[in-house]
Amino acid sequence: MSIDESTAAKVAKLARIEVESKDLTALAKEFNDILGFIEQLNEVDVEGIEPMTSVTPQKLIRRSDNITDGDKQTSVLKNAPVSREGFFAVPKVVE
Amino acid sequence: MTNLNNLTISEARDKLKSKEISSLELTNSCLSAIDAADALGAFVHKTPELAIEQAQRADERLKKENAPDLCGIPLGIKDLFCTKGVESQAGSRILENFKPEYESTVSQNLLDNGTVMLGKLNMDEFAMGSSNETSIYRNAINPWKIDDRELTPGGSSGGSAAAVAANLCLAATGTDTGGSIRQPAAFTGIVGVKPTYGRCSRWGIIAFASSLDQAGPMTKTVRDGAIMLEAMAGNDPKDSTSANIEVPNFEAMLTGDIKGKRIGIPKEYRLDAMPSEIEKLWSDGTEMLRQAGAKIENISLPHTKYALPAYYVIAPAEASSNLARYDGVRYGRRAALSSADGINEMYEKTRAEGFGPEVKRRVMIGTYVLSAGFYDAYYNRARRVRALIKRDFDEVFADGVDAILTPTTPSAAFGLGEMSDADPVQMYLNDVFTVTVNLAGLPGVSVPAGVDKSGLPLGLQVIGRPWEEGDMLNIAYSLEQSVGFSSKPSKWW
Repeated sequence: MSIDESTAAKVAKLARIEVESKDLTALAKEFNDILGFIEQLNEVDVEGIEPMTSVTPQKLIRRSDNITDGDKQTSVLKNAPVSREGFFAVPKVVE
Repeated sequence: MTNLNNLTISEARDKLKSKEISSLELTNSCLSAIDAADALGAFVHKTPELAIEQAQRADERLKKENAPDLCGIPLGIKDLFCTKGVESQAGSRILENFKPEYESTVSQNLLDNGTVMLGKLNMDEFAMGSSNETSIYRNAINPWKIDDRELTPGGSSGGSAAAVAANLCLAATGTDTGGSIRQPAAFTGIVGVKPTYGRCSRWGIIAFASSLDQAGPMTKTVRDGAIMLEAMAGNDPKDSTSANIEVPNFEAMLTGDIKGKRIGIPKEYRLDAMPSEIEKLWSDGTEMLRQAGAKIENISLPHTKYALPAYYVIAPAEASSNLARYDGVRYGRRAALSSADGINEMYEKTRAEGFGPEVKRRVMIGTYVLSAGFYDAYYNRARRVRALIKRDFDEVFADGVDAILTPTTPSAAFGLGEMSDADPVQMYLNDVFTVTVNLAGLPGVSVPAGVDKSGLPLGLQVIGRPWEEGDMLNIAYSLEQSVGFSSKPSKWW
């Protein structure tokens, strides 16, 4: 599987990272280098092997559904690059 | 009273408890060492006022009985840990000026034990790198020097390793996703412990690959690693993968007696192109363990060669998901926008200028392997291979092997910039001996075991059974005693 420039552009779009068109050739080459390395995995017989989902055999523990925290509007907004009237502020979303 | 910063944790603990020294004196000694070591690029956010305040509080606490072992011990904290009110940037531009409103569980555990935070330590951006060269701040530099070149302290916990090796702090926290504690520890002649997955809470540690990330101590001795790990570890309801397993007194388990322990030597770790000095280091270490009474056994971990390619699917996949949160809305940096820009332009521009090249590369690889049509071929296949890698270890341990001995890295520290023209895969090979341990969730420790022909430190890795860090550290302790590694970098900075 080889990645061309249009696939590289599509992946960049999906990842929400702006990539200038002049950089797409180099990006596609890097992808191909890394994917070429990953291709080795096709040599392994994985028939009947379940994908690993948990590193340790323990079950995920559910915590009780209680309110333990809150009322922290100032703290929550403290690191926002732009906030207004107690909300995060973003550019216009709907035309 | 000079050079208190050269002390180990255990030495300082004894002197603090006997009132021979105060935490304030110890802390001031570290602060002076830090200010004289800007050339190393280890500390990227210094917190001297906070440190002095914490030291004074620790001295008060030390006046009472039963102060914890770490009370008054000055530490450096990797920039990946969220520390309340103190810059926590993960070495990235996208988290510029981010000052968390909360403290990570691990750093809080340390503070509860009375430790002093000297500042935040340099690292590869989002812990993605093996040389600390992807940091937004600057390069961290290895205190070990053999010629005109500046050498890497390794990565991603490069600042932590440089700071401990140069005696800027008594110990430091690190995190390890594919080798980020053990490889820098090996490159700088210190001890680095990666605990069993789930031993230390991940809450408040900026996430890279959640199923692989684990925090651990970077220290001058194995004993210090045992003391510090005990304080960092413990169950945390805020991390659902944190294990509800009792944390033993690891230090008490350092008897040095390893008679009858069965140590596995995996044949797959003997690489074709392995330098002869790494080969010799490994066989010397094996012989030392044999002399100490351990039984040496040849073992096989047949899927070892697939660990790195599996890692480079799984880690980027998890990273692409974890790093989706950096959107320029809730924290960190937002790119300057033109009036025509909408929300998608905000995301794309913010992430384009906020992330460095290696982070972008991994996020996009992760996006690709998770995308429709490739998910099964790449991501699910990698997770199946991961299950086989773990099974290799399970079988060896089920046969009665207590621990496994391997080299930590395939080479000593290399020069900064020397890998810049290589393709990314060459850099990834640094983690060839360490990454299996993360994939299988096991504990591993790197111990300084000698120097190469140019005089640079090399490490050996002991891999333990799950949750048996105590036993693993005891074997590492025995090795440390046999090796008698006492070289220190001579001060040039």
